[in-house]
Amino acid sequence: MNTIVCIKQVPAKDAPLAIAGNWINESDIGFEMNEPDSYALEEALQLKEKHGGKVVALSLGPERVKQTIHEALAKGADRGIHIADDHFAQLDPLGAAKVLAAVIAKEKYDLVLTGLQSDDCGFGQTGVLLAGLLNLPHATIIMQIDVQDGEMKLKRELEAGWFQWIECPLPAVLSIQSGINKVRYATMKGIIAAKKKQILTVAKESLGVTVEPTQKIEKIYVPTKTKKTEFLTGTPKEMAAKLVQKLKVERRVI
Amino acid sequence: MKILVIAEQRQGKWNNTSFETLVAAQQIAAATSGTVSAAVVGKSVAALAEELATKDVADVLLVEHELLESYTPDGYCTALKQVVEAAKPDLVLFPHTYQVRDFAPALAAMLGKGMVGDCVGFRNEGGKLVFVRQMFQGKTVADVTFTGAAPWFASFQSGAFRADLLTAHRSGKAPVNAAKVELKAADIRTKPLEMFKEAKSAVDLTQAPVIVAIGRGIKARENIVQAEALAKALGGEIAATRPICDEGWLPLDRQIGSSGQTVAPKLYLALGISGAIQHVVGMKGSRTIVAVNKDQHAPIFEIADYGIVADIFEVMPALTAELQKTKG
Repeated sequence: MNTIVCIKQVPAKDAPLAIAGNWINESDIGFEMNEPDSYALEEALQLKEKHGGKVVALSLGPERVKQTIHEALAKGADRGIHIADDHFAQLDPLGAAKVLAAVIAKEKYDLVLTGLQSDDCGFGQTGVLLAGLLNLPHATIIMQIDVQDGEMKLKRELEAGWFQWIECPLPAVLSIQSGINKVRYATMKGIIAAKKKQILTVAKESLGVTVEPTQKIEKIYVPTKTKKTEFLTGTPKEMAAKLVQKLKVERRVI
Repeated sequence: MKILVIAEQRQGKWNNTSFETLVAAQQIAAATSGTVSAAVVGKSVAALAEELATKDVADVLLVEHELLESYTPDGYCTALKQVVEAAKPDLVLFPHTYQVRDFAPALAAMLGKGMVGDCVGFRNEGGKLVFVRQMFQGKTVADVTFTGAAPWFASFQSGAFRADLLTAHRSGKAPVNAAKVELKAADIRTKPLEMFKEAKSAVDLTQAPVIVAIGRGIKARENIVQAEALAKALGGEIAATRPICDEGWLPLDRQIGSSGQTVAPKLYLALGISGAIQHVVGMKGSRTIVAVNKDQHAPIFEIADYGIVADIFEVMPALTAELQKTKG
């Protein structure tokens, strides 16, 4: 069971966002592995433990994303592929998928995994688009993967508490739902082992992929408030007293 | 502008976000002097098509096939590609449901197009349509435009438009036209099996008058007792955002949001919750919302009636003490 996991590096959750045109100023903030992708990576590692095979961590972006590939290697991925592109934030979902697909097509694999969506753009399209470009079956929002006889039985989450089992042949592309597993931490042994693992760097330009954007982010801005929020001030004790008073007298909800 | 809305049904029941998307379509049509068509996909769904025809639409497309009885991404993509090619809409709109996430980007790509997903609004700027969607977990919004020729594909988030604004057909009923689609069993590579619900929820949060919800700000499992003490003092139920339940700190049946329960209590107290849209869609209908977060820019304050910018670990005990005092 050889698995390629697509991993995005995104601004850290607590990073202060300074808007700059149609993106953010990246110079003073930290970055981290996109959390939904960490569940996809964990699932790939668990499949490897059950069925053998190799795990490849694939990431697209500037030099900094190598740090996230290293993290994946330290957790147990066997090798990394970095598609170098300093302007990847300007790619639309289809463009990014075309670039990833060009590299995946050259690999030997049974399964391609992605997280459900990214915590920065939140398009949630990469897995579905990859499947189309690679002409593979796919399924999204996956909560369990059982592999038997070259086929998968998948538990897919529907809305409102419903689930569905589906059968899917291999190879395939799956988008993993967050919470499917418990994500591991890298061990010291893993961190040391990762130093010897290979990261192949591929320049995006060398792939010969023509990417014509289908959509453009014109600008990013802080949303305007639609509700008037009354902010309470003072010491915690004073704020608590004010709030209880308001909930009792003005709102009559307690 | 010619707009086609792909309405969603499962086992003969509507996904109600479909009607919100129809409202979005009606508003875009009004802004662009356009028309709205609606399509329903499935097997034996003529009654649903008739229901759509009572709304203010130019026509309804009935997309029926034996192989469309259960949803599959291959079946829907193959069928809807033919529908879009025949109907030639400028804009194809979907409700942003789990099902749409599963196939619509691939459908657009089959036609060489992109999709702007999960939109919360639109603007018509001198004939150019601008779609508004959230980014960075709701901390920012983005104006997005399509480049290249139509058709364009977009989906609207649940709650972005009000379904009760849907207008009825002016003269009673729009025509329902069967759309012919060709589909072979071999086109469909995945096989859907039974649908099921997990063990019945122990707690029905939709009935709770007061909910105290925690987010990442709670930091550690052992801190949850503080929130539980506050919930007890308020006579409410404890609930959480998805990451907390993913960690296993609270059971999944206490999760509020797009993949959990949707609630509208009279009081919703959000503790250390940033307000990512996946959570907000599950609680924004609450009558009174109180948010406590140390980040004054947290999007949860956008929808809060009362805001406290402070450390929840200072506010939780103070509030619990105050409530116990006023009770006693």
